[in-house]
Amino acid sequence: MLQIHCPYCNETREEEEFTYGGEAHITRPLDPESLSDAEWGDYLFFRKNPRGLHHEMWNHAAGCRKYFNVTRNTVSYEILESYPMGAKPSVTAETGDKN
Amino acid sequence: MQRNRLATGGRIDRQQSVSFTFNGKTYQGFKGDTLASALLANGVDVVARSFKYGRPRGIVGHGAEEPNAIFQLGKGAETVPNLRATQVELYEGLDAYSTSGWPSVDFDVMGSLGALGRLMPPGFYYKTFMRPKKLWMTYEHFIRKAAGLGKAPLEADPDTYDKLNQHCDVLVVGAGPAGIAAAREAASTGARVIIADEQNEMGGSLLASTHSIGDQLAATWLVEQLAELSALDNVLLLPRSTVFGYYDHNFLAVLERRTDHLGLTADKGSRQRMHRVRAKQVVLATGAIERPLVFANNDVPGVMLASSVSTYVNRYGVAPGTALVVFTTNDKAYQTAIDWHQSGRIVKAVVDSRPAPCGAIVKAVQALGIAVITGSGVIDVVGKKRVQAAKIAALSDDGQEIRGEIQTLECDLIASSGGWSPAIHLSSHTGAKPRWNDSVVGFVPGESMQQERSAGAGKGTFSTAACLYEGASAGVEAAKLAGFGDGLVSFVTPSTQELPEEAQQALFLVPHTKTSSRAPAQFVDYQLDVTAAGIELAAREGYESVEHVKRYTAMGFGTDQGKLGNINGMAILSKALGQSMPETGTTIFRPSYTPSTFGAIAGRDVRALFDPERYTATHRWHESKGAAWEDVGQWKRPWYFPRGSESIHDAVNRECLAVRNSVGILDASTLGKIDIQGPDAAEFITRIYTNSYLKLAAGKCRYGVMLKEDGMIFDDGVTACLGENHYLMFTTTGGAAGVLAWLELWVQTEWPELQVYFTSVTDHWTTATVTGPNARKVIAKVCEDVDLSAEAFKFMDWRDGTVAGVKARIFRISFTGELSYEVNVPAHYGRHIWEALVSAGEEFDITPYGTETMHVLRAEKGFIIAGQDTDGSVTPADMNMNWVVGKTKTFSFLGKRSLARSDSARENRKQLVGLKTLEPSTVLPEGAQIVNDPNEPIPMAMQGHVTSSYFSANLNHSIAMAVVKGGLTRMGEVVYCPLADGRTVAAEIVSSVFYDPKGERQNV
Ligand SMILES: [Zn+2]
Repeated sequence: MLQIHCPYCNETREEEEFTYGGEAHITRPLDPESLSDAEWGDYLFFRKNPRGLHHEMWNHAAGCRKYFNVTRNTVSYEILESYPMGAKPSVTAETGDKN
Repeated sequence: MQRNRLATGGRIDRQQSVSFTFNGKTYQGFKGDTLASALLANGVDVVARSFKYGRPRGIVGHGAEEPNAIFQLGKGAETVPNLRATQVELYEGLDAYSTSGWPSVDFDVMGSLGALGRLMPPGFYYKTFMRPKKLWMTYEHFIRKAAGLGKAPLEADPDTYDKLNQHCDVLVVGAGPAGIAAAREAASTGARVIIADEQNEMGGSLLASTHSIGDQLAATWLVEQLAELSALDNVLLLPRSTVFGYYDHNFLAVLERRTDHLGLTADKGSRQRMHRVRAKQVVLATGAIERPLVFANNDVPGVMLASSVSTYVNRYGVAPGTALVVFTTNDKAYQTAIDWHQSGRIVKAVVDSRPAPCGAIVKAVQALGIAVITGSGVIDVVGKKRVQAAKIAALSDDGQEIRGEIQTLECDLIASSGGWSPAIHLSSHTGAKPRWNDSVVGFVPGESMQQERSAGAGKGTFSTAACLYEGASAGVEAAKLAGFGDGLVSFVTPSTQELPEEAQQALFLVPHTKTSSRAPAQFVDYQLDVTAAGIELAAREGYESVEHVKRYTAMGFGTDQGKLGNINGMAILSKALGQSMPETGTTIFRPSYTPSTFGAIAGRDVRALFDPERYTATHRWHESKGAAWEDVGQWKRPWYFPRGSESIHDAVNRECLAVRNSVGILDASTLGKIDIQGPDAAEFITRIYTNSYLKLAAGKCRYGVMLKEDGMIFDDGVTACLGENHYLMFTTTGGAAGVLAWLELWVQTEWPELQVYFTSVTDHWTTATVTGPNARKVIAKVCEDVDLSAEAFKFMDWRDGTVAGVKARIFRISFTGELSYEVNVPAHYGRHIWEALVSAGEEFDITPYGTETMHVLRAEKGFIIAGQDTDGSVTPADMNMNWVVGKTKTFSFLGKRSLARSDSARENRKQLVGLKTLEPSTVLPEGAQIVNDPNEPIPMAMQGHVTSSYFSANLNHSIAMAVVKGGLTRMGEVVYCPLADGRTVAAEIVSSVFYDPKGERQNV
């Protein structure tokens, strides 16, 4: 069971309080009608599913009910950071896993 | 008579005799015994029959590793299966049974026939799983019955169980010398420490040790250490507590057996407790498990682990035999010869596979006059139900081949030791990859993946002195990383006067004069009867991965998870494949370390506390009227209100007719209600729903459908404009929480610029739906300040008013198709308003109705229920509801783009239609599959399925809603539903609106 830090409550709490929100930083296209089926399908269905660092959304469902982002290693399940919606991750696969 | 009980010694209390039964026969033991030590004391040799071959089996080990003595305790509701006798503390009246062997373990039909063995060659599981699953079920039933895998109780568990969340700075797993030193040092820094140990007494190897620590006996030193630890406020000692799983982020599960040592059920309090421990740092001092050597007939009762023989002698005062042969590859097992000799019994010989062992302990044994046969091995055993002799042969220097004559040495006990395997299970749970260590001749914990370190035998460090030092170092390191102390060891390691050891030999399978496939069986995994020959066969059949071989042979699949056999099996596989142990690698250990009780995992979350039940404010009224209940999510809703001896069918027919002919009343309080406010509320709602709310005026309501981004319906309901920038959204009962989360998701992640706020108000309101042609007359009797005329208060309007003296919101929305008023009042006025409406309706015979009637009435009107008629794969067009999709909305609402995707827009999708059975009284089962031609060969072309189906008393025939391929263009066609009971029901495709197709009745 994970321990997750909510950047809004500024508390590290049990996974039971949270729900998973899927891959982070996917922006809804501003003009969906201008997209081909393939482009729209990419937004709808295709996810990175990396082995290693993953930026993902979590919702503090049994707490402040805010969505926020987490950088998590999908191999070790280590959580490297939590950051609010709209912010950018400070750790990425490019800048390097702290491990 | 306890014929194997020694006159003195051990940690048992000879003053307290304990009587118990095993397979119906009564025996005596002492307090402090385990069931295993008591059985051995009584000279019980055969305790089980083996899984496949029905061979007699005896006790091999003394702890969690025991593969044979696995028993059922007690009968009835409190019976417990699959307990290792080596871990069951003896208590008065204990009642244990073998689960294998028929009619008895002494005479076993399966064994004399060898029946199961012939039925189940190696690869049986693997091959069976590849076949149709149905066949596996047949096999499983047969195997379970024959192999006696224990019986789960059929009645409810009479005990209660607890869960306790624990937080600590340092969790120490295991209370042997390393664990005690770690706990002591960590605690001295002020860190909060938990130390858990699976045994009844803490001390691990020290409990059976005859050595000294400093100037004290190990046992005396132990008492002092434990007393000091117990006295500390920052230390929690958990004996009888197995750390069975190591999970993410240093979360560990600990099963504490609180009363199992007293009886099958707890007299008071909880029987077992799950400690859910979140530890900042962990010290794994889990010890090591001795590894048996693999030789022919090594499963005959009387072949035991060397350390287990010592433990029974030293800890329990039991000598399980008379004449001992020790067979070893290492110095450690010589201690068993010394222990046995000192118990006053005969050591026939120590057989050492090493060509020229000459270490200090070897000399000490020789000095006692005990024969040491070097460069040799026990290659075979004489005896069936008890060892009668060992066959001994000289071996080549590497131990792999037989050199010279075979001699037979009479004995009744063979203690074997192939070295020690560190108990790396918990480290393995974290994903740390075990590393092979040549000098340990075993896998040691891999690089840490979590905040943990290993110490002592669990890491391959075996001398007591080194374990104490390593434990102390691990303790201060863990404390420092948790924020306590300076990381320096203050503990002075006492002297232990242990003898220096010579190198051990890496020997696993002992050669025989015949090849493994022709020699008598050489057992690797006792519990599942896996032999060396079976593993070699797997290699010959082309299996190279250790994980595949595990599945092929079933090695390690038993409840002991191969604690004894796995390393031997991997070594045999390595040799067969001509590769090294690191190249073969090991299988991965997963939780649980030992089997855990379901009850403890569930804790108090059972029966009424399993899930909350939600009641509406009028629940007690419904109850007093004899309502039958339907569970809708967590809600209890009246299903129907039977009168007298009415069946559900009678009651629902009566309720349905009452609504259409006069008036009914429904408790609709469970509908989800979300209060939405903010300057951008209308814009937001319009982006979420398929239709527009921008022009919805205060006092008006609108029905909407929500789509996921893939264009599929996921909820529906009415939204009312309460005033400027203020809306009330109704959701389905089951969808309320999901819809709220959906709204929050979009405003927080995509449209944070929109000012809109949501509050769940589901429980704040009681909703009483008054519906039927006489509804207006009923409302008029209790509401004077609202103009109820059809012109002033229209369908899809809502009004503020006073109902029976209570401020109310009245909505003219209808789920029955009749004239309807949904009266909403704050929930604490719910019962009052309900009773006022019922008495106002008395003169019209107002009829309370439940969810079943609600379903029938809406189906007569073709109104869908999201989640029943939709399943996440249907669009509004599929539901024949294009009228609810706004065509001119400027913002591309959620799901809109997907409606134009080629698959969503294609023709011949499954579409919502009505079905009318040709035989009017036949009601189709919901979920029935629809085909065009019932005589088509199987597999038939599926056309769709029935989503809702009822008998309509108002129409006097059955009605059904269904999704059918291209259904909207197939009106009047006859389709067929072949049913599971062999009947085929023919039905005509009709409009899904069966009643009042123009919708006139709700508009009056
Ligand atoms: Zn929060």
